[in-house]
Amino acid sequence: MPKPTPFHARIQPLCESYDWSIWAGQYAVRAFDVCHEREYNAFRQATGVIDVSPLFKYDIRGPDAAQYLSWITVRDLSTLKVGRSTYLCWTDEQGKVIDDGTCSRIAEGHYRLTAAAPMHHWFTDNARGYTVTIEDVSERYAALAIQGPTSRDVLRSISRDIDVDGMRFFGVQEGMLAGIPAVVTRTGYTGDLGYELWVEQHHALTVWDALFESGDRFGIHPAGLNALDVCRIEAGFLMMGVDYTGAFDALIESQKSTPDELGLGWMVKLERSPFIGQSALRDERKSGPSVSTVGLEIDWVALEELYGRHGLPAALPATAWRDSVPLYKSSRQVGRATSGSWSPILKKNLALARVDSRHSKLGTCLDIEVTVEWARATVPARVVKTPFYDPPQKKAVDSNV
Amino acid sequence: MYDAIVIGGGHNGLACAAYLAKAGRKVLVLERRHVLGGAAVTEELYPGFKYSTCSYVVSLLRPQIIRELNLAKHGLTILPLECSFTPHLEGPGLVRWPESAKTRDEIARYSKRDADVYPEFGRAMLNLARWVKPIIDMPAPDPTSFMPQHLSAMAKLAQRFRSLSPEALSQMTKMMTLSAVDFLDEWFESPILKAPMAVSGIIGTFLGVRSPGTAYVLLHHYMGEIDGAFRAWGLSKGGTGEISLAIARAAEQLGADIRVNAPVAKILMKNGSAQGVVLENGDELKAKIVISGCDPALTFNGFVGRDHLDSEFLSHLDRYRLRGSSGKVNLALDALPEFTCRPGRGLHMKGDIAIAPSIDYLERAYDDAKYGEFSKRPYMNVVIPSLTDPSVAPPGKHVMSIFVQYAPYHLKGGADQWPQQRDAFGDTVIKTLAEYCPDLESKILHRHVLTPWDLEKEYGLTEGNIFHGELSLEQLFFFRPAPGWARYRTPIDRLWMCGSGAHPGGGVMAAPGRLAALRILKEGAV
Repeated sequence: MPKPTPFHARIQPLCESYDWSIWAGQYAVRAFDVCHEREYNAFRQATGVIDVSPLFKYDIRGPDAAQYLSWITVRDLSTLKVGRSTYLCWTDEQGKVIDDGTCSRIAEGHYRLTAAAPMHHWFTDNARGYTVTIEDVSERYAALAIQGPTSRDVLRSISRDIDVDGMRFFGVQEGMLAGIPAVVTRTGYTGDLGYELWVEQHHALTVWDALFESGDRFGIHPAGLNALDVCRIEAGFLMMGVDYTGAFDALIESQKSTPDELGLGWMVKLERSPFIGQSALRDERKSGPSVSTVGLEIDWVALEELYGRHGLPAALPATAWRDSVPLYKSSRQVGRATSGSWSPILKKNLALARVDSRHSKLGTCLDIEVTVEWARATVPARVVKTPFYDPPQKKAVDSNV
Repeated sequence: MYDAIVIGGGHNGLACAAYLAKAGRKVLVLERRHVLGGAAVTEELYPGFKYSTCSYVVSLLRPQIIRELNLAKHGLTILPLECSFTPHLEGPGLVRWPESAKTRDEIARYSKRDADVYPEFGRAMLNLARWVKPIIDMPAPDPTSFMPQHLSAMAKLAQRFRSLSPEALSQMTKMMTLSAVDFLDEWFESPILKAPMAVSGIIGTFLGVRSPGTAYVLLHHYMGEIDGAFRAWGLSKGGTGEISLAIARAAEQLGADIRVNAPVAKILMKNGSAQGVVLENGDELKAKIVISGCDPALTFNGFVGRDHLDSEFLSHLDRYRLRGSSGKVNLALDALPEFTCRPGRGLHMKGDIAIAPSIDYLERAYDDAKYGEFSKRPYMNVVIPSLTDPSVAPPGKHVMSIFVQYAPYHLKGGADQWPQQRDAFGDTVIKTLAEYCPDLESKILHRHVLTPWDLEKEYGLTEGNIFHGELSLEQLFFFRPAPGWARYRTPIDRLWMCGSGAHPGGGVMAAPGRLAALRILKEGAV
């Protein structure tokens, strides 16, 4: 049976749709209402709040913590300062991505790593020789993401000692939220201004209540996974298990991906202290990845025409889709689109895709398979830059942006 | 020298300029006021509160314009209007939700039969709307012309007409001729449901819900649904003015020049042909063509001058019905008021709120107007955009937009009675609304009242008509603004029209602006 998250007592009565999903064995809301549109707009226009407690969380402590983390992940964490967080991934010996997450340096010798899948075993196995302790704090901490252009105001309204205005993109601070000790990180999965709040699970409801009481003036609204999915696609963020298969879950070699293949090459500095997968990635860097991850913009006029031939107006799925669809270049399959969504804010039909690197250049025109009235056809889709949506307030420190 | 000068920086004038600039033409837009947008404008009339002063919802903004001018990139965001709430003095009122099952329960309170019929009606309307919709995306052909292009356009229309089933054809005919109430009577029994549905037929017209011809505009409501993902109905983030500003940014990036505080006094005429414009400060600006985004009356009576026009055209112009019938009240609120029939600040507040409790109420409101008075109990359409878009009001505070009908331009004592009547009109609106939400008055920080007279004086809408002329069938399509002049050309050489007084008419569609530009380019006028 799935377990309730620490916020369940508040979330359950709000979930009028009964549209629950199971995320890492815990109840997670897909959409509070029958449609996720209000929740999406809360993320994009005000503040959406999503319970991200099911994320796996690990506290790494000890004098060797930085070296250890630099060994198990592709990032060199010796330069990560106290009060900073970073996005990263980790790979196996063959350089294939196992999972991705964030790593925050909460204090000297104290880091917190998040993961989509349980990693305690792998983290521990690879800790030999390092003076570190690895604690699985997944159940100990409840986590809430508050995301959207008014989230700074919301956060400010429940915190006294946290320097909300001085907090930079990927900043980390410890302080009190509604009288509860908490860690706040300026991170998230929506590509907008936003924060994630980490509190001991028995304090979860106190923080939730304070947030909704003082956040009301700023248009706070609970949100579910469906709304988040649209936002993360607009932000060009990959999802493990959807846009790529983690190395531990892959059944065959071709299902695995390297950071370069996922467009995460920017976080891999090869000329540094050794890390797991380093030599394999060095070899790959020489020839370049054979597969690339790209953003696609699907041609609307062609789609409309295609539907028009059946006498129908163009129709789009109500939620983001995540079943892969073939991509073609001159009738030959060159990849697949892994997830996509109509973007209400950009008014564009978007997708994330894995394609043969020869067809990954910006502006390349591919054909994406579309099925209308059970008949297969294709419409053009152009390779474009991600993030598709990148508002100025995402990184800005000035609260007037 | 410019290729084209556009008079009026409303959404249509700006769209026209953007399309001409996109085609590489040198364009200048002249706006009389200090702010762009015309009647699609956002104004901060009270510090921290952004009013969509006139037009307050996006209606049928054409998806191809959003796409072709990349308006999302230029800041356009359209937010959903949640639902339609009709409060009542007794009982819980009615809310029509986007979720059909919820709506069914709401309607079933009043009529189980209507609850079943409602989705059926929606499907029938959608079918008709699909037939009519292409008309708003094409220039009107001239039915009297034997030119091949007009003949083929007419043939295509005829063919579409033939493809309608006899049932649909009958519905279509009824839609074109019946009153909104008669049309709805054929489908529904509950007056509580019919009243808020009927009002879409009268918005902006000097007609009542029982006046023939008002059924047609009901269709417009369903046309929006076909635009689906592009969301043709909704609220513009930052107020309606953001639509105009997004178009203006697109136009400027494409090379158009835009000037505010540049009132045009008249169109410069030479040998019956437009040469440019004269500004109120006396400056003369020349251009190959002049395009008016203003209404036909202001354009021809005001800027051209009647002595340049033949008597046949003048008689059409004089019979063109403007007669504004609505006003607007904008409020800055200290906190959200509460409706007695549905307390709390639920989702029902996030849609449009129609004060339309019964058909008789609406018809009585019209009765007052017929005899030259504003309605003692007016029909009102209320929207609280700050609930969906916090950027238009300070935290915890709200903006309320109240569209009010009827407020006839021609009061019994004449239109110039309006300045003396303005406060009384505002009081009537607040008093009527306060019957449904008694705590409203105590929350008002600032009140802004627009009468049809103000709409004329401040926004240049002749007789305060929000659509540049009523959207009734005899003034649409081939006949807008005058028979034979529906294709953006005018009887004045080198003078074109691109505003809501041209096909396909009013609302924040921007279609006339775009179609005019495409026509001008196609005819090689510049």
